[in-house]
Amino acid sequence: MDLKPLFEPRTMAVIGISATNDRHPANVIFAKNHLRYPVEVYAVNPKGGKLHSETIYPNVTDIPRKIDLAVIATRAELVPDVMADCIKAGVKSAAVISGGFTEGGRKDLQDRMVSMAREAKFPFIGPNCLGVYVPFKVDTFFLPIERMIKPEAGGVTFVSQSGGILVDHMIKFAQQGVGLAKAISIGNKAFIKEKELLAYLAKDPTTKVIAYYIEGFGEGEGRDFVLAADCSPKPVIIMKSGKTAAGNRAVSSHTASLAGDYASFSAAIAQHNILEAANELELVSFCEVLSSYTKPIEGNIGIITGSGGHGAMAVDACSLAGIKVPELSEPTKAEIKKNLTDNIQAIAALGNPVDLTGSAIDEDFVACAKLMGASAEIDCVIVLLLPYLPGMTLDIGVKLSSVSKQFNKPFIVYVPQVEKYTMLIEGFELNGIPVSPSIEGAVLMAKALARRQPC
Amino acid sequence: MLKKEIKEIIDKSKKWGWVLEPDAQKIFSLYGFKTPKYGVATEAAQAVSLARQIGYPVVAKIVSPAIIHKSDVKGVVVGIKDDEMLVRTLERLSKLDGFVGMLIAEMAKGLELIIGAKNDIQFGPMILLGMGGVGVEIYKDVSLRMAPLKVCDADHMINGLVARKLLAGYRGSEPINMEALKKTLTNFSKLMMDMQDIVESIDLNPVMCTAKSCIVVDSRIMLKK
Repeated sequence: MDLKPLFEPRTMAVIGISATNDRHPANVIFAKNHLRYPVEVYAVNPKGGKLHSETIYPNVTDIPRKIDLAVIATRAELVPDVMADCIKAGVKSAAVISGGFTEGGRKDLQDRMVSMAREAKFPFIGPNCLGVYVPFKVDTFFLPIERMIKPEAGGVTFVSQSGGILVDHMIKFAQQGVGLAKAISIGNKAFIKEKELLAYLAKDPTTKVIAYYIEGFGEGEGRDFVLAADCSPKPVIIMKSGKTAAGNRAVSSHTASLAGDYASFSAAIAQHNILEAANELELVSFCEVLSSYTKPIEGNIGIITGSGGHGAMAVDACSLAGIKVPELSEPTKAEIKKNLTDNIQAIAALGNPVDLTGSAIDEDFVACAKLMGASAEIDCVIVLLLPYLPGMTLDIGVKLSSVSKQFNKPFIVYVPQVEKYTMLIEGFELNGIPVSPSIEGAVLMAKALARRQPC
Repeated sequence: MLKKEIKEIIDKSKKWGWVLEPDAQKIFSLYGFKTPKYGVATEAAQAVSLARQIGYPVVAKIVSPAIIHKSDVKGVVVGIKDDEMLVRTLERLSKLDGFVGMLIAEMAKGLELIIGAKNDIQFGPMILLGMGGVGVEIYKDVSLRMAPLKVCDADHMINGLVARKLLAGYRGSEPINMEALKKTLTNFSKLMMDMQDIVESIDLNPVMCTAKSCIVVDSRIMLKK
């Protein structure tokens, strides 16, 4: 089954258009793609007629072009027949937006669609989903275009069982400068599931990181998925909800009680090299750092800070995350001291964290970063930057980025996030250095790089 | 492939939904696990001769299809030193619900671990290792992995326990035989893979580990409905 027509359609039919209601989901989808994306869009409704000046085709079989993607937004009970028409017309894929299937007591409808699709090898996502958003390609989300927040195009593909969680994370990605390759809402995941998408995304040149929001797998599907993910050439992240739902079920053995649904989930994914994001902060942090760096680290962190308090907070967070902040050797300390400006040589604390103090200037950060970059004692550098210090300039991002590249060592930066500092932050982010708006987030990024390797 | 004898035991047990302890122990010894010497008696003379054969002190446990959690009904008596105490225990246990016999077994010593398996709906057979005994659900010091286990998975499971220092020998206590524990874990995972279609969950609790070996002292196999 080829999923490319689903993500990069050249022709698209929107089925279930209303001739009278412009806020109907199908109409919103039609309007936002028509003339905005490089895709020819055709409207379909059995009543025919006109949508503004565009023809409404009574059936997908009436459209004069071969259709790559059918977006189906009719009432649930009509969907199986619509899908049969699509297969008959040689449509290559579908996104079923409509709800009212297993989640509404109509498993029979969903089963009909699945058996039809299986027989015809007809890939469809959904039902009960938003479909797909691919920057510059296609957008089947029924959210009016002026309401959507779109992150920059980038390396993260996010696959979500919940449309709401997906759209919310697009907002968070946009805020944090995390680039998006694809947003995929799979809803009831009747036919195309996590595993099929994993296989496609592993080969997708725009995707560097594959993130999932999962409520649960179907019977036996978790096992198949983790075994497939273990061989994935790209990092796989899962954020799970429904961690407590089955906790109170009465069970007759200790093992069944201790190995509850979530405990088993968490253990099985960790065993297969999948990174579990405990919450949204972890998810966004992991996605951001893994789109910049793919090589794992041992986890010997060097911390450079302009404030002792920030350094102490970062050390605590590292300890909590199980990563080391080793004391620097005497020769390294001496070398750093020698390269600092006269003003701070006497006052800087040189252990680790290296506290350059509020009197430091850009060049002190650069000198220290270079020595940590070159030192074998450290395999990842966290820089805690306070742009309000008088010696800092807006160029610090560009300067430190070039140090990171020179030594091929991951740098992670904390900068408080306000609009005033945007240019400084972009100096890092546009040069491939991840920036977190919190100290904890910066440490979580390092934790993602130091994830345990499978055996 | 399961041995014929194991299949017969499982078939016989289906009517109860679980495998009685003597039968479960039989399955594990057939599968190559170390188990204590044991036998089942229903009357005093038989019990005494069995206990003398095994050698005092012994442990006695109720065998009843109606009693899954034996400790809850005081159905386990440890440290039985002589015939008199043994016979008194038999008299009491024989009055418990569903009594079909009293299991008499050699006393085992060592560090108490739990090894378990569960058929997870999403991930299939999962293996658990933890600190065992009655406190297992209080401390919840456990490691979980998807079966089948590789040797390195067994390593990870042991290192994942808070109590790993106790296993490695703590404050003068002898370290347990790690190789024996790893072998027990991987063999158990193999058994669970073989039995995944019929088994819901298994508790080996406790498994007694010493510097020499790991012995399955008590076991419970819950069958799929």
